[in-house]
Order: sequence, then C-alpha cells, then structure tokens
Amino acid sequence: MLSELYQTEGFFDEMMETAGKPRVGMQRIVEQLSAIDRVELYRRQREAETALHELGITFTLKSEDGDTERIFPFDLIPRIIPGKEWDWIEKGLKQRIAALNLFIQDVYHDGKIFKDKVVRESLVKSSVCYRKECEGLKVPGGIWNHVSGTDLVRDKDGQMYVLEDNMRCPSGVSYVLENRDLMKRTLPDLFRIGRVRPVEEYPAKLRQMLDFAAPPGCESPVVVVLTPGIYNSAYYEHSFLAQNMGVELVEGRDLVVHEGFVKMRTTRGLRRVDVIYRRLDDDFLDPEVFRPDSCLGVPGIMEVYKNGRVTLANAPGTGVADDKVIYSYVPDIIRYYLAEEPIIPNVPTYLCEKADDLKYVLEHLDELVVKPANASGGMGIVVGPHATKDQLAAVREAILADPREYIAQPTLSLSRVPTLCDDGFEGRHVDLRPYALHGDGVYVLPGALTRVALKKGSLIVNSSQGGGSKDTWVLAE
Amino acid sequence: MLSRVAESIFWMCRYIERAENIARVVNVNWHLALDDNSSEPQWLPLISITADEALFAEKYDSATQANVIEFLAFDRDYPNSIYCCLKAARENARTVREIIPTDLWEQVNTFYQQVDAISKAPDRLVSPRLFFELVIKESNEFIGRTLTTMTHDDGWFFCRAGRMLERADKTSRILDVKYFYLLPTADDVGSQVDNIQWSALLRSASALQAYRQTYGQILPVNVCHLLLLSNAFPRSVRYCVESLQFAIARIAGSYTGEYTYDCERYCNQLHSQLACAKADEVVLAGVHEFVDSLQIKLNRIGGAISDGFFSGKPLERRTHRTSMQGQEG
Repeated sequence: MLSELYQTEGFFDEMMETAGKPRVGMQRIVEQLSAIDRVELYRRQREAETALHELGITFTLKSEDGDTERIFPFDLIPRIIPGKEWDWIEKGLKQRIAALNLFIQDVYHDGKIFKDKVVRESLVKSSVCYRKECEGLKVPGGIWNHVSGTDLVRDKDGQMYVLEDNMRCPSGVSYVLENRDLMKRTLPDLFRIGRVRPVEEYPAKLRQMLDFAAPPGCESPVVVVLTPGIYNSAYYEHSFLAQNMGVELVEGRDLVVHEGFVKMRTTRGLRRVDVIYRRLDDDFLDPEVFRPDSCLGVPGIMEVYKNGRVTLANAPGTGVADDKVIYSYVPDIIRYYLAEEPIIPNVPTYLCEKADDLKYVLEHLDELVVKPANASGGMGIVVGPHATKDQLAAVREAILADPREYIAQPTLSLSRVPTLCDDGFEGRHVDLRPYALHGDGVYVLPGALTRVALKKGSLIVNSSQGGGSKDTWVLAE
Repeated sequence: MLSRVAESIFWMCRYIERAENIARVVNVNWHLALDDNSSEPQWLPLISITADEALFAEKYDSATQANVIEFLAFDRDYPNSIYCCLKAARENARTVREIIPTDLWEQVNTFYQQVDAISKAPDRLVSPRLFFELVIKESNEFIGRTLTTMTHDDGWFFCRAGRMLERADKTSRILDVKYFYLLPTADDVGSQVDNIQWSALLRSASALQAYRQTYGQILPVNVCHLLLLSNAFPRSVRYCVESLQFAIARIAGSYTGEYTYDCERYCNQLHSQLACAKADEVVLAGVHEFVDSLQIKLNRIGGAISDGFFSGKPLERRTHRTSMQGQEG
C-alpha cells in the first residue's frame, strides 16, 4: 500500500522519490514494508506502545492540572539515511563541533575573535548563557562541549541545514537506543534486510569520553551522572545512561564539597567523584555562584571545578554557543578558527538586533518563523504562516521590547517520512538530531533521533507539543 | 552504595510488604463477612491494625465494609493505603531504576499500573477479592525477583532489611489487635476459643497451615508462640528480626553478635530478648504490653538504620502524621 497510494504531495520525502518510486537503496525495504498486512502492522504498532508503558519509558509533561507521565510516541516506520549522505553529515558535525569548542575557549580567554572583528564582543557577552564566572577558566584538555546534539532539517529542495546547536544538556539519545530496541522487537525481518549501522555502543563511548575528560593525574576516575531528580522530564534518560555506563546516578543532595573535593554520600561514608556528567543547567549547579535559590545543585562545586579537581561535562558557560544569535555567526566562526568552508550550511537567519533585519522581520512576520534566542524545547516559537493575528501581534510586541532576544528564519518546508496514521501511511514532517561526543577527537553516533510532528501538517516536532519519534537507520552503504 | 539509593531500595521493599500485609488482612475479613455469622464481622479492628483511626474518622463516618476497604485499599489521600504504598514503592523504584535489575523495575511498574487502574474502576468494591489476590501475588512475584535477580550485596540486604522490619511490625500489630478483640478478659486464656475468628487471625498472617501442622488445636498461647517467637515461621517477629539482624550485620561488615552501628546494637538486643522469651510468660504478662514495647524497639531500629546509613549525619526524627513509620522528605 505504501508504493501505490502514498503521495509525497510536493514535499521532499525521505523514503519515496515520487509516488510509487522508492529512493535509491530503499527499494527492498519499501517492498518488504508494503508486504506486511495492514492489520498486522497496526497490531505491532500497539505492541510497541505497550512495551513502552511496561518498560516505563516516559517523560513528564508539566501542565496546569499537574504533571502527567507520558510515553514518547514511537512510529514504526523508520527514517532512513544512506551511508554516503551520513558520512557527509558526520564530517560536517565534526567540523562544527571543533570550531565551536575553539570559539568557546576563545571568548572566555583572549577574545581574539572580538579583536579581529568577526563577532562583536557585546553580542556574546549579552547572551543570557554567557557566564562571567567562567572567564579565564582552564578546562581539562581544553574541551568545553563534551556532548552535543545538533538539530538538522531538510528543506523541500533536499538540502540539509543545521537548525540549532544544543550543547547545554541535549536530551533524547536514550530514545535512539530504545527505538532501535523496539524496532528489533517489532519488525525484525524488515530491520535485517536494511543493513543498518549499530547504535548500541553509545554508552560505552560516552563513558570512554568521560574517563578521558578526567582531571589530569586521575588514574581510574569515578564518573557520575548528575540529575535534577525524578520529576525532571528527562529523568528516564539520566538513569538509562548511568545504568548503561555502570556509574552512579546522583542528585545534588548526594554530593558535598569536602576537603577541596566533590564527594558523594554513600553507606560507607564519603567517596570522591572525579567526573560529573551533569544534566543540570548552569544556573542550578552551584547556589554559591549561580542561582542562590537552587536546591538541585552542590554548594561550592564551582570552586572545586576552578581548582581543576573535578570535571564538569559539559563545561559551565558552554551554552553561549547555543544562543541563536551566535548561531548565525557559526559559518564565520568555522572559517575563522579552521580556515575551512562550512560543510553543512546554516538556515538563513535574520537578527532582530540589526536594524535592517528587524525591519524585514516585522514586515514579513506572517511568512517567517520567529524564535527566542535562548529558549529550548520549542518554547516561544511562532510559525508565521500557521499563526493567528493575535499571536503575530503578540510576537511583534515581544520583538520590539527585546530585539536582541529574537531571530527569524524563513519557514522551511521540512522533509517528510511515511508514518503510520489512522488511515494508513501519510507523510509527516521530521527533523534529525545526531549526537556527538568530544573527547580524544569527535565521535558521531551513526544514528540519530528523528522527531516527527504527528499532527497532520504540523512543523513542530517537540515531544511536549505532539511530537513522536522514529528509529533512524544509517545504512552501511 | 549511595545513601539515597540505599534508602530508596529499603523503602521500596517496605512499601510493597506493607501493601501485601494490608491486602491479606482485609481479604481475610472480607471472606469472613461472607459467612453466615451470628454476629456481624467487625471492620473497625482493621483500622486499629494500622493505628490510623484518626485519619479514618476525618473522612468516613462509620466503619462499614465499604468504607474500610475504600480507605485501606484505594484511598488516594491516605498514605498507607495499598494504592499509596504502591505509588510510593514505584517512585522509590524509579529513583533507583538504574541500580535494580530491569526485570524488577518493570514488575514494580506494571504492579503499580494494575493497582492504579483497579483503584479508579467504579466497580472496585464489588468483588475486591481479586484485587487483594493480585496484590499478594504480585508482592510475591516482587520478592521472588529480588531474590533471583538482584546481586546479593548491599542493595539486596537493604531490600531485605526493609521487608523484614515492615513484616515484623505488621505481624505483631495483627496479633495485638485481634487478640484484644478476641480475648477481652484474661480469664479466657487457655479456654476453648472461637475457631473461626482465630483461624482468621492466623490466615491474616498466612499462618493457619503452619499452625495446624505444628500445634493442632488452636490455643492462644501457641498462636502467640508461632507469631512472635518461632524461629522457623517466616512471618514470625523473631524470624524477621533474626533476618534483619543478619542483613544489617552484612551491610555493616560486622561479625554476628558484634556491632559497629547503633541499629545493630538495638537489633541484637531485641533478637536476644525474643530468642529467650517464653510464650506462656508473654501471655501472663500481657500480650498487648509485650507488643507495645516491641513496636517501640522496632521503630528505634528503623530510626537508627536511617541515621547510620541514609543520612550521612545524625538527624532528628520528625513526628509522623500517620502512626506508621513513613519515608521522610
């Protein structure tokens, strides 16, 4: 049924070139998929959802009526990336991550890039994610951005773009692994013919990177994952990563600064901790340095960090590179530090802090996507063509009140993937979030989180706003 | 092991054991109520077992079957209801899901989901038997999985400590309350008793068969022996305290009979007392008084486990709104 009735409707479809014609390298997969009886397919879809409930793979959705635990909907139909295209993505990510790391190091030290007038100093220092406390900080191995999850999207002409850099606490990698597991459980025959690159070694790679990041002279480092606790929406992922790395999952209250080191409270007394993979925002890390009302962090931890006696991954202050205003300069940043042309392009971006751009944005609000420069989780995004008059008026006001905090981009026509809907296969828009680890070199996991906007026509893929996910197959060739 | 993790494992097991005990007691009474009795079965004693009469009275006007079952099994505001116990057990399991075997987490999770679904069903009070049987069965499944899938290191011993402390507490309360209702005067001790009611007491602690095989005819003094002092019956207080003593000694790394922590000292003391007690002397001196002092000692052990292993520093015990020990924070 996929090959005959499924329509691409003028969008770029990741699986079908046109109706009835699969993309190169995907013919066998499409044939096999179409051969599965429809009733059987729905049954397997339900089976996968039941498994998610039983495994307790959920996230917490906060609302006014109280928090509810939800599964992150999983769609059976995989998103497929040919091996060759993946190799290009991998190269592009490695380049971008290396350049951003040099940028972060530079802005907190010499500020060469300011002196050479590539990026304005005031622009960086006015970012809400800039941390003055980190100026002059020496981080082990000079690495700031240990873990990143970069959002990529494809437009209707087939071009892949970087949409966002996420180096604060990018989440979702546990779903990459769980989706793969679900896929193998529910559609083993389909999976087998795909010749898909495995993703299972991510936790081992993460552990290896964290060991590498340990303070100098640390022989066999004690690594922990720091979580804000079970009420955090990504708690499942934190515990998943700790479990699969074989390290302790700690909360702030489990840690204490004692005799110049960070230690954890155990049933046999205090034990030293060397590397903290923290899934807690900068603001909450240390109430003595950042937000004093934080009860999730560890008082005094920044002092230990500055003395080089513990590693925090990612380094505090890294978030400055996530700022969507800074984002628009990343192509220049790549050219400046690496003397190379950027491999994966940026989406053209209008900065409301520039007078010309602001004028253009205000005149074309109903065509553009407006985003706050420093929000995450899809918060505050206004998609012009889908917005009501009131929403447009509100965003206009917000922009004028604080132009530095807004950017705008053309409304991309995100690519689609066949998705199992109530009436059979329909195309739904997707994005792509690959994960990279920066230790002894940059490692890119050969797989990614594909988020899918399950609502017909919707472009918003965030889990908090009706998004689901798909297993992402990076083919061997 | 992280102190917080140890505490969560301890309470996860305690809450599940608590739920199972409540399920068994209520189920036995429900069966009793089906029989054609001269007197109406009493439901108030069940509230007395929890010692939460005040909380019950806040919300319900009389101790009818429906009210008592609703309160003990399904009430979402009463922290010791079966529903709330399961919710708390699952929350604790969630915070340590990376530590406990995946199988165990999945079992606790689905156990909670079933209890949650039934406690919301409009017909939940029509035939509660199936619910109680489910809770007992799932609790046994839980215990089985801890036994066969957990590494028998500190985590396992905290698990066992939580379970045994809770079980000792519940067995002694069941005996205390039922004994009080069944034997209002000391003169009745040793006389023929209401077989149905005493059988129900024993069944509430899963002890009827064990009793029959060991003693035959039901005599209160033997019931006290089995439930308080037996070293072989797995729900007797002595058996539980002995297991608790062993678990704490393993956690502390002490040789049997020696101690490093206060909780070991209190536990060793209580164990010696139980090992040397005689049932007829307990009955003569008063079962209620004996159980009362037992409860105080068990609570003290619970507090000392918390101080010794969970807090990192000595902490003041807060008074609890409910009479049963509950988790702090």
